Amino acid sequence: MSEEIIKAEGLTKVFNKHLVAVDHVNFEVKKGEIFGFLGPNGAGKTTTINMLITLLRPTEGTASVIGFDIAKQHDDVRNVIGVVPQEYTADEDLTGLENILLCADLYGIPRKVAKERAEELLKLVELTDFKDKKVATFSGGMRRRLELACGLINRPKVLFLDEPTLGLDVQTRTATWEYIKTLKKGFGMTLFMTTHYLEEADSLCDRIAIIDHGKIVVVGTPEDLKHSLGGDVITLSIKDDPDVTELIRGVENVKDVKKENGSYRIKAENGEVTAPFVIETLRKKGYIVTRLMLTEPTLNEVYLEYTGRSLRDTEESAEAFRAQRMTMRRART
Amino acid sequence: MSTSNEHNPSKFHGIWALTKRELKKWLKEPLILIMAVLQPVIWMGLFGKAMNLGNMFSGGNLNIPSVLQISGSAIVPPQANPVYISGAAVSQMFSNLGPSIMQNIFGVSDYFSYMSVGMISFIVMFTTMFSGMSIVWDRRLGFLNKVLSTPVSRGAIIVSKVFNASLRAMFQATIILALAVVFGLQVSSTFNPINILGLYAAVFLLCAGLSSVFLALALRSTKWETQMAIVNLINLPLMFASNTFFPISQMPDWIQAIARVNPISYLTDAIRQLTVYQLDSSSLMFDFAFLGAFALVFSAIGIALSWRYLTK
Repeated sequence: MSEEIIKAEGLTKVFNKHLVAVDHVNFEVKKGEIFGFLGPNGAGKTTTINMLITLLRPTEGTASVIGFDIAKQHDDVRNVIGVVPQEYTADEDLTGLENILLCADLYGIPRKVAKERAEELLKLVELTDFKDKKVATFSGGMRRRLELACGLINRPKVLFLDEPTLGLDVQTRTATWEYIKTLKKGFGMTLFMTTHYLEEADSLCDRIAIIDHGKIVVVGTPEDLKHSLGGDVITLSIKDDPDVTELIRGVENVKDVKKENGSYRIKAENGEVTAPFVIETLRKKGYIVTRLMLTEPTLNEVYLEYTGRSLRDTEESAEAFRAQRMTMRRART
Repeated sequence: MSTSNEHNPSKFHGIWALTKRELKKWLKEPLILIMAVLQPVIWMGLFGKAMNLGNMFSGGNLNIPSVLQISGSAIVPPQANPVYISGAAVSQMFSNLGPSIMQNIFGVSDYFSYMSVGMISFIVMFTTMFSGMSIVWDRRLGFLNKVLSTPVSRGAIIVSKVFNASLRAMFQATIILALAVVFGLQVSSTFNPINILGLYAAVFLLCAGLSSVFLALALRSTKWETQMAIVNLINLPLMFASNTFFPISQMPDWIQAIARVNPISYLTDAIRQLTVYQLDSSSLMFDFAFLGAFALVFSAIGIALSWRYLTK
């Protein structure tokens, strides 16, 4: 399972000689895993993916996909990858089936094989009933599923997904996650995806690279990243509010205890295992726990820790907000 | 390591797949294609019929008295008595002058026959210009990027656009030619239905060259506005600095210089040779040689640029 499907070494892209979009990035993607690039808009996620799928030439550094050099063996790379782009690229004038067959033609798949696969894929993404309808009549979720089917027509060994759930509603997003999980399980496929949704990275990815300003800040499994922050937080209240800080501190795996406004805030590793021990210890001494809450650190905190800003509060959005306010002001006067 | 491709597509596969996509698109919206033909048809009807050059030079437009007196000094040798000529005879003479001027300058006896086949060049030009626009749209909609991430050759993208423009233009040329015949186009005595195939070949050559030029201009562009501006800037000058409406021989030298390198002139001449002119095979050969060279050079440049610029 440790075979490297993608390996990037010092991968760099500079636009117009001074705009560094991706800055000496190193990472590996192992066989059969879902690897996620997490970062705000403009962090260099799409630029990285575009280099890996041979749309952009790297300015410096190299990367290989299934052993093929992305700069020198681009045709070999293109044959073994599938791409689900950020935009809806299906031709609106054609039907769903026609679009999939067009993709098949681009890979030179014989018509007979292509038709079989198309039926199979339409079933997988639940579009069989709509295959003869023009794509112009499709909803956003249906289009995204069609893109997914197109990206799979050549039975790729790696599937690249660029912001696969951008602009989808919560329901459709969850459904899309299910398709992606099915792909991983059913086909043992390796997936490389970019996202700026923390929940998405958390629930889908086996490993995450957090990217900011074109640099990878940290790589790890979502669990590892969360644990690197120092574990879970147990908040509890005790009847009559006695001072038992030292007692709790003595419990195994407890790292830190703070008393705040009549309740205790305990930092502990493996919170779900440690919490019962804490209660047990307190009860033995005759204290009654009246309230307990267990919070796991979220990726948002991880993100905050490593990039120094919250994902939802990036500079871009602040600027966009200001621009919007300016427009509104101008419209009013 | 896996083999590079289990299906091993040929270069032609991608060309065919992409051409088929475009054909399907226009077969689904035939109205757009018909609309595109409307403009040259309107020009043909208004301009071609209103500008009745042959008739302008005819006797009917002159005030000739029934009897003309010609004073003595104009006639050599001088005679004492004035000579009288019948006005009707002069009128008759002038009536024949119009068609004769037309025949000498335009090569056909009526202006409509001259310009209506020129409209085929007109539609070819418009169609190729919009092939540049279509690649801009493909880029904007992300379709181009999707194609670029497949093993389809970059050249195939350009070639399929060229084919599409050519097929469109040939179809539209057929409609225009048929309508022109209905409106009174007079084919020459050397016309043979097989000439239509020659006409298609000439249309294809100009399409290949011109759409390569416009595609090359559009390769890196994401703004269809830019493309539109280029089209508007180029199309009328290119049209008027050619033999589409007027014969080159009557133009000032500097326009003649442009018209003689303008490929539109050669397509128009080839079409006229094949339809309304008395066929002159040597000039037809030259037209084809020029169009062939033009197509070869510019499609080569277009494909070469696509290799260089479709991947940033």
